[in-house]
Amino acid sequence: MPIAHGVAAGMGGIRTAGDLVARMQLARKMRLPEAKAYVADKLKISVADLSEVTVMREIREDLDIGVITSVPGCAKGIEAKIRIAELLDISINSVDRLKSKMG
Amino acid sequence: MTKYPTRMGDGHVIDMTADELKADLIAGSADAADRGRIPPLKDDEIDFLLDLFKSNARVVGVDQGNEVVLTHDIGTLRLDGDQGNSGVGIPLSRLQGVQVHERAFAADTMELGHVDYSWKPVKPIIAQEQQALENILLSTIVPMFYGAMPNLGTYYAPDGPFGNPSDLLPMGKIKEAREAQERAVEHATRDIVYICGKLAEVGADGVNFDTTGAAGDADFKASLQAIEQLKAKHPNLAIQVGMAGEFVLGIHGALEYDGTRLAGLYPHEQVGLVEKAGADIFGPVVNTNTSKSMAWNLARAVTFVKAVTAVANIPVHVNMGMGVGGSPVFETPPIDSVSRASVAMVQIARVDGL
Repeated sequence: MPIAHGVAAGMGGIRTAGDLVARMQLARKMRLPEAKAYVADKLKISVADLSEVTVMREIREDLDIGVITSVPGCAKGIEAKIRIAELLDISINSVDRLKSKMG
Repeated sequence: MTKYPTRMGDGHVIDMTADELKADLIAGSADAADRGRIPPLKDDEIDFLLDLFKSNARVVGVDQGNEVVLTHDIGTLRLDGDQGNSGVGIPLSRLQGVQVHERAFAADTMELGHVDYSWKPVKPIIAQEQQALENILLSTIVPMFYGAMPNLGTYYAPDGPFGNPSDLLPMGKIKEAREAQERAVEHATRDIVYICGKLAEVGADGVNFDTTGAAGDADFKASLQAIEQLKAKHPNLAIQVGMAGEFVLGIHGALEYDGTRLAGLYPHEQVGLVEKAGADIFGPVVNTNTSKSMAWNLARAVTFVKAVTAVANIPVHVNMGMGVGGSPVFETPPIDSVSRASVAMVQIARVDGL
């Protein structure tokens, strides 16, 4: 059933900018239009392109913020989240924890 | 006259004419408006829904650019869990389950949860849950929630230490039933704050209070109190509140939060209290009536949820699982109904997520 919702209405996770828009809802309680506008501004693309996989794939590779397929050398997991926190100018709890462990 | 295939609220297929569909759409919306004292859908919104139901498409979708964020309840249990959690019994670890959702299903967010999926049983195994979450947070990218149900029922006999209101109320022991609920609120609040605090310590992005209010107004009160205390201690821990039903059951009847009586609140009234408590995302629920058509049910659900998004100051992620949010009461809901409900919630109710 989540697949059906995803196909009908979902942003597409790390195929596109779904995780980034979700981050702004969590970090700043942003309603959807505000969250999309914020992320689009940071990525320097249109709001419509946030859900466009051909645009977002290239952007995610260029910014090295994680892509959905397994590409050797691309940022994985926490490596990608460190860059996402900087890109969106937000705190990500697991990134903050990693930094505290690094001393 | 042309008849269009659609479904009843239990999912079985029926055929309806355009006039019959429109009559049910109007009646469903009117029912929500009457119960919630909220505006019914406008004529153009009814027409939009009518077009959705007249469409021959097996799956429909939102207009390009109108996509929304998806959050989840039950998390990876839908893969490794049993039928009790609507799981499909694939023996994956929870880490693998999250990775499958992130990389194979393109989930925007994901969730970790204990197989019992209530907060109380997580307490004695919290270190195990912290450890699982630590590993997941290192190797995944999407925002990660930990989800569970407040489930005050676990605090009542025979599972918990307090008298069971379901036993006490039929005996006329109203005072005792209320005292039991008040004690359960204290204990649940304390447990939830402890557990979620431990999850925050290891870097959780958020927690999901799923099926909030399932045990009535005391269940909702414990959740609101826990959220308030958690936000004071862990302001960066995002909190999502998904409700259990469209209407808060007054099993206690006199409980209040911030001066508002909890019993009887509808979704557009619930969201204000959830915001006051400090939560970040609200998930309204509208129940599906199996004796009515999906046209009636979807128009009713959209009317309720549109009233929520009209007043909300936080993102609204409507609950759209089996039996709620304009989806049929069927464990594996038909995708024609599910996708129509998605489109209606996004394009008319203007939700921020599902």
